[in-house]
Amino acid sequence: MVTGIEHQNQPITIKANHSLSYDLLYRMLKIRIVEGKISKLYAEQEMRCPVHLCIGQEAIAAGVCANLTDNDYVLSTHRSHGHYLAKGGDMRRMIAEIYGRDTGCSHGKGGSMHLVDLAVGYLGSAPIVGSTIPIAVGTAFGSTMRGENRVSVAFFGEGATEEGVFHESLNFALLKKLPIVFICENNLYSVYSPMEVRQPRVREVYEVARGHGIESRQGDGNDVDEVYEMTKRAVDKARKGNGPTFLEFKTYRWREHCGPFYDNDIGYRTKSEFLQWKDRCPIERMESHLMSEGILERWEMDQIASQLKAEMEDAVTFAKTSSFPKDNMLMEHLFAT
Amino acid sequence: MSHKNRENGREIKYSQAIREAIDQCLDGDSSVYLMGLGVPDPKGVFGTTLGLHEKHGADRVMDMPTSENGMTGIAIGSALVGMRPIMVHQRVDFAILAMEQIVNQAAKWHYMFGGKMSVPMVIRLIVGRGWGQGPQHSQSLQSWFAHVPGLRVIMPTTPYDMKGLMVSSIEDNNPVICIEHRWLYNITGYVPEETYRVPLGKARVMKEGEDLTIVAMSHMSLEALRAAELLEKEDVSIEVIDLRSLRPLDMPTILESVRKTGHLLVADTSWKTGGFAGEIVSRVTEEAFGSLKAAPQRIALPDCPAPTSPSLANSFYPRTVDIIKSIQKILGSEKELPVLAIETPEYLDVPDPSFVGPF
Repeated sequence: MVTGIEHQNQPITIKANHSLSYDLLYRMLKIRIVEGKISKLYAEQEMRCPVHLCIGQEAIAAGVCANLTDNDYVLSTHRSHGHYLAKGGDMRRMIAEIYGRDTGCSHGKGGSMHLVDLAVGYLGSAPIVGSTIPIAVGTAFGSTMRGENRVSVAFFGEGATEEGVFHESLNFALLKKLPIVFICENNLYSVYSPMEVRQPRVREVYEVARGHGIESRQGDGNDVDEVYEMTKRAVDKARKGNGPTFLEFKTYRWREHCGPFYDNDIGYRTKSEFLQWKDRCPIERMESHLMSEGILERWEMDQIASQLKAEMEDAVTFAKTSSFPKDNMLMEHLFAT
Repeated sequence: MSHKNRENGREIKYSQAIREAIDQCLDGDSSVYLMGLGVPDPKGVFGTTLGLHEKHGADRVMDMPTSENGMTGIAIGSALVGMRPIMVHQRVDFAILAMEQIVNQAAKWHYMFGGKMSVPMVIRLIVGRGWGQGPQHSQSLQSWFAHVPGLRVIMPTTPYDMKGLMVSSIEDNNPVICIEHRWLYNITGYVPEETYRVPLGKARVMKEGEDLTIVAMSHMSLEALRAAELLEKEDVSIEVIDLRSLRPLDMPTILESVRKTGHLLVADTSWKTGGFAGEIVSRVTEEAFGSLKAAPQRIALPDCPAPTSPSLANSFYPRTVDIIKSIQKILGSEKELPVLAIETPEYLDVPDPSFVGPF
């Protein structure tokens, strides 16, 4: 397991049995700080691509990825900054990608919705809803055929469970007993469309998956410990060759579907709903827990945050001072040689 | 090169050439696997997969759920991590369910991640023309696929080219769409037993000529060849180019021929509007307008779905006689052509019995 301790040099002392809590907090804070900065800088109009922020949903990315090694594969969606960062993706290359620079992880050809970092097993994001689910099943299928002991994880939203390809993927994953964990982040809205106009009220999303015969569970997506523990069981099971698991985590996106702002005033959801979820902020919950248990003090958490802010400042500087891809790159990467 | 005249050469069917190419690639590379609905069944996808299941095992030659889109995504995922899937659909029409994965994912993955990953896979699609297959079992949608950057598209015509192009496609590191016309499965031709490759993106001059260039593909190349052979007896010299690959497209071979003959006819297996024949005509017009002595013509399907009734199918599919009429139209003022007697069978919903090869 990669722990957050490796990412910084300051003299914060963590007792060995608390390193997991620290790691989870570190991963969540990193996402919050990176996306907070993106939302501030977006108005400069230098990040010239859509951004889908996951602020409020960080616990799922952190709790899931803390169970994975660099050898394991992750595929995700348009809302994937958190998954990329939690998996250990390079921050500089991510920010440069959003700025459309040649130093970006996809040489500026993908942008925010097409992140990749092969060194840590982050195989890619794509914004067609549901489409990376079968691709993740395929990475599990491929690594099994190659006799490799890797776990694949597909991140997707609850809207993806309305796509036919979701069901096709679950069917095959169970048929072949593949080492994959399906992570459904149920944030209640598909763009602006609420659950009640999209799915019958008589059942929960995880029950649909269970209908396929896959072990399927539902958890609190704003409780990072719960996400971690539920995923741990699923990942261990997959690693032992005991097949796929579906996990639904309820959560809430704080910002607008696409862009840096809040959108509680445009009429598809209420401010009071948002505030209820904001009260359940996964990071504040973790911080309170760590302080009340005496694991970390406030100043220590502030120090972690300031280190992450510095890392993000560095990434932004790196991105802004990097070159755009040259014109001759337009026709590059059309075909692999 | 044509292998019609190869002496003492082994002749096998087009369907057997496919099977042999896949068999040899399965032998040669443990990352190659084959899947498709019906692959291990008693019919073996028109004989193209017969026996492969028994020889290579169910882990490498497999049936699959009726999930065209999902299974395409799964094949893509496996390709990203080092496998080389070959996927087959019994009709082009079925693969429309998988267009999302083919167009948005397979075709884009290499480019949109800046060359970090590649998708080496072959998708075999079958044009099911004939015997009343009708609107949803006969489509020839090569122009859809050839429209998309990131895909390679092949339509081999002869058994020799089929085997060589299939091997090249399986070994290529990109998604390749192979469109197979069902009426070619039983034609025969010289096919070496050893593994060999025909390069992707190279057309083949099937027959040399001086007066007019026909650019054709797949089954229409056979119709074009017969038209050229009939006209040869009347002292009209037709050059027939078999495209073999639509993307990449071998424009140098086409342009060289048109610059020589000054006349162009394109014979497509699909509809005229928005079809690939229009692309050839446009490119030639843009790049060799000065060489053209008359307006280019297209032979293609009329703009309606494939009808089921055999009588309507007779008027739907163009054949040799239509090619000759079109040649007459192009050369009309320059060359007097005799009216050729070509027998037309009562029904045209089965393969022409004279197309048996060797080709």
